[in-house]
Amino acid sequence: MNGPASPAIELRDVSKSYTRGQQTVAVLQGVSFRIEPGEFLALMGPSGSGKSTLLNLIAGIDRVDSGAILVGGTDITTLTEGELAYWRSRSVGFIFQFYNLIPVLNALENVELPLLLSPLSRRERREHARAALALVGLADRMDHRPGELSGGQQQRTAIARAIVTDPDILVADEPTGDLDRSSAKDILDLMAGLNESLGKTIVMVTHDPRAAERAHLVRSLEKGLLTNADLHLHS
Amino acid sequence: MLTFIFILKNLSRHRLRNALTILGIAMSVLSFGLLRTTVDAWYAGVEASSSTRLVTRNAISLIFPLPIHYAEQIRGVEGVTTVCAGSWFGGVYIDEKNFFPNFAVDTRTYFDLYPELRLAENQKADFLHDRKGCVIGAKLAERFGWKVGDQVTLKGTIYPGNWDMTVRAIYHGRDTHVDETQLLFHWDYLNETLKKTSPSRADQTGFFIIGIDSGDHAAEISRAVDQRFANSLAETLTETEKAFQMSFISMSGAIVTAIQLVSSLVVLIILAVAANTMAMSARERMGEFAALKALGFGGGYLALLIMGESLAIAGIGSALGCALTFPAAAAFGSAVSQFFPIFQVSHTTVLLQGIAALAVGVAAGIAPALRASHVGIAQAMRRIG
Ligand SMILES: Nc1ncnc2c1ncn2[C@@H]1O[C@H](COP(=O)(O)OP(=O)(O)O)[C@@H](O)[C@H]1O
Ligand SMILES: [Mg+2]
Repeated sequence: MNGPASPAIELRDVSKSYTRGQQTVAVLQGVSFRIEPGEFLALMGPSGSGKSTLLNLIAGIDRVDSGAILVGGTDITTLTEGELAYWRSRSVGFIFQFYNLIPVLNALENVELPLLLSPLSRRERREHARAALALVGLADRMDHRPGELSGGQQQRTAIARAIVTDPDILVADEPTGDLDRSSAKDILDLMAGLNESLGKTIVMVTHDPRAAERAHLVRSLEKGLLTNADLHLHS
Repeated sequence: MLTFIFILKNLSRHRLRNALTILGIAMSVLSFGLLRTTVDAWYAGVEASSSTRLVTRNAISLIFPLPIHYAEQIRGVEGVTTVCAGSWFGGVYIDEKNFFPNFAVDTRTYFDLYPELRLAENQKADFLHDRKGCVIGAKLAERFGWKVGDQVTLKGTIYPGNWDMTVRAIYHGRDTHVDETQLLFHWDYLNETLKKTSPSRADQTGFFIIGIDSGDHAAEISRAVDQRFANSLAETLTETEKAFQMSFISMSGAIVTAIQLVSSLVVLIILAVAANTMAMSARERMGEFAALKALGFGGGYLALLIMGESLAIAGIGSALGCALTFPAAAAFGSAVSQFFPIFQVSHTTVLLQGIAALAVGVAAGIAPALRASHVGIAQAMRRIG
């Protein structure tokens, strides 16, 4: 693991605004911060404060207006679309609120999907996908389609899909937002486990205090600015 | 492989909608095939015609006859090998709806000119010996259940009276392009009867079929024949058999054009249906496409998914439509055999059906594929999340 001198993610003076008709909404205004390798960070803040926007920028699925985002030493704001897509496929695992699984593919196929972008053979892909599903406790549900799984099981499948490429960073936008309390707890246990045992850096957007509690570090967004009300909970 | 499975599984999403689209494509491929086969059938006589046969008729119109003694003079033209007199008899068997073509021909030379009509040697000999005998095509025999030895009475329309004949031979075509619905009998029988009943119409014939040594000389020989009779009482017009057949068909050329237009419209209509299906499928899946993009898939992959699905729908529909075309053409062909003696689905038609379906598949998929490949990840995710 790298020392504090080399952060996993570093944002430098990042600004982002959206134009709606004539109006320009400044969502992020000069945000700077660092996330250390192996960190489990929760981003909180009221609805519309720009949490998802910030997460999308870190994950490389949206573009900054100005500023730089360094991930593992690379400034991803300078990458072309193609380079960025390739970078995402190797370095980032996505966990969405509504799972975003492919409904016509079974769990195993869903998890195998991102490996199509890797140089692995068909057999290796299958093996990796099976291992990832076993890791999230779904070894016996591999041939079920998403529609045949509970919300919690679908989110587990999504987590298996996120880790199957062995990325350094996991981003999660309201991962428990659509789940009942007990399923939510299972998912958070799983994420905490991935953080601890596999050393994944996790950035999780949530407005659920119970979810935020599980993170090491909580930061709040307020009107496009990171507040100082950082809470160090565990570390 | 997984991508292939993915495309196939995508087809199962809206089973009813996709099934109806496939059925629509199949039906339009089928109608396209039948319409084209109809046009082919229309021109079948032309296709079957030989380039070494010329037809000489009265220059004014086909309904005016030529003196039979022209035959001698035509035979004298260089390059001419055979001359055969023939008349459209226009006889009716019991009722007009039983229509089939019937000709009085010079039976001494006719079968030399038409080697594609095949008949057994003994039957041919019997026919040549019976002045009131006739030869019929195999399809005609089948249609009325006629056998060798049966009596057939034709009611004359151009030549009044009842004309009794005996079936002496049944011919088969050398290949499927040959019309097997004709009845042929002795020109001499017609002429001798006319000598007694209406002598003014005797010793005349509707046309001469001319065999020539080479198709390359058709133009010169035609000119030479017509020159012989220039400034005579009955001037002639000589042309290749193909051109002669065309002169009948072109009268109805507008109908053929209409049929061709309709068959193109059918393709356009199904294109609209398929394009709508693909647009709906793609629109519903934009969130999914955004997620795939987030995972690192490029726009090209999304375009491949949609094009693959569109081509699969078009391909299945087209295969179904082509498969249905053969039995449908057989059934339709036998129902209209008196108008279209040759009603056969050609390789070209099947090829065109495939090409039309392929074009529909590509055209229907292209706009949704482009839209999907350009989907903005963050925007599309917002819409669903
Ligand atoms: N693609 C977009 N177009 C226009 N406005 C947007 C877009 N994305 C986000 N916004 C606006 O930016 C603000 C922050 O949105 P978001 O990051 O989703 O907030 P949060 O996740 O904290 O609820 C909101 O006011 C939202 O309406
Ligand atoms: Mg949000």
